[in-house]
Amino acid sequence: MRRIGWLVLIAASLGALLWWLARPSDLPDATRAALDAHRPDPAHGERIFWATGCAGCHAPPDLDSGAPPEARLVLSGGRRLESPFGTFVAPNVSPDPVNGIGDWSLHDFARAMLRGVSPEGAHYYPAFPYTSYLRARPEDVADLWAFWQTLPAVETPSAAHELPFPFTIRSGLGIWKFLNMNEDFVFPGDGAAPVMRGRYLVEALGHCAECHTPRNLAGGLDVGRWMAGAPNPSGDGRIPRIPDPSWSAEDIEAYLFSGFTPDFDVVGGSMADVVQHMAQLPAEDRAAIAAYLRALVE
Amino acid sequence: MHRPLIAAALATSLCAPFAAHANEAGEAAVKARQSLMTLIAYNLGPMAQMAQGRVDYDAEVAQAAADNLYTLTRHSQERLWPEGTAHGIFEGTAARPEIWQNLEEFSNLYATLQGAAATMQGAAGDGLQALQGALGDVGGACRSCHDDFRVSD
Repeated sequence: MRRIGWLVLIAASLGALLWWLARPSDLPDATRAALDAHRPDPAHGERIFWATGCAGCHAPPDLDSGAPPEARLVLSGGRRLESPFGTFVAPNVSPDPVNGIGDWSLHDFARAMLRGVSPEGAHYYPAFPYTSYLRARPEDVADLWAFWQTLPAVETPSAAHELPFPFTIRSGLGIWKFLNMNEDFVFPGDGAAPVMRGRYLVEALGHCAECHTPRNLAGGLDVGRWMAGAPNPSGDGRIPRIPDPSWSAEDIEAYLFSGFTPDFDVVGGSMADVVQHMAQLPAEDRAAIAAYLRALVE
Repeated sequence: MHRPLIAAALATSLCAPFAAHANEAGEAAVKARQSLMTLIAYNLGPMAQMAQGRVDYDAEVAQAAADNLYTLTRHSQERLWPEGTAHGIFEGTAARPEIWQNLEEFSNLYATLQGAAATMQGAAGDGLQALQGALGDVGGACRSCHDDFRVSD
């Protein structure tokens, strides 16, 4: 009788521990303070916007790869992201107060990006790459949010994700997040300015690893094989290893600006959008990304 | 009693030579279209390097490359894309099956490239700025087709 009592107690504490680990976390006080203390700069926020590539998922689905930057500021959602766990449909994140995120506060926005938690306290699916964004500086998130206020509001309602059970249970994501959320940068870096700036652009904002690093069975990034290339989640082909060791820093920079590979092949697929975003960055940012990627192979 | 089996065996043995034949024709088409792409890329090279400031602008070299690009994009697409040579059903190609489901869009995109190559032919010898402007449209034409119709690599 006593033994059963102990078992129940242990099971209950394990359950409580799991519940505690899986609960949607809030922003740390230091982050909140940094957000509040910062005077937001929407112009810098635009630079962050192109680096984070929000438009890659949230721009309209029928957008041509050659569409001008202005067309990429319409964050109506609707693009479909296929994965082994089901199909995610990017939501409307335009500043529309009803169908978008126009009624959010800066803290709501920062909690979504840095913690993967909605204003209602629900976990987001990691198709939203908060596992990378969590390394972003609060000041940059505040600037991005200031830029967000200048974007057009769109009324398109968001479509539901198409996921099979048990992936429909969002609370289960808490455990996944406990295992896969890590604020530390992956590559130690050499401390030199361009490489460290590049590391921030690649590992935090650009979230390149989300496609270019293979995932384990649970869908977490296998950081031991950082940027080693991976199967294309949308079915055909492979996402290549980066960088191609034969590419110089100059080659990478030119590719990110123009889409031309060193053999003068031209970028296609989802990377075509990424190049369009990268081309909007100041040249020094593309140079920093190239320096970081070269540092991975040197 | 074994008639259906015999018929099946006979049908298979009769079809085999045709299948092999189709495969050879497919291989030749894949090789030809990939060679055309390689030649196009080879001629984009000097122009893109000038546009990117990686080599000095040279009107003669640029014009020669643009002339080649023009000629290459006059190659008709008709025999390059036989049915059955899509990625997933044919070895060694990155051509998505969507090509054959949207042949009209696919040919429109090729027509866009042909137009951009013609503009480039008129612009390449006219200075670096003219070359850069025209190259944007050529690259854009490549990209919009690769975006929809080529498997990622």
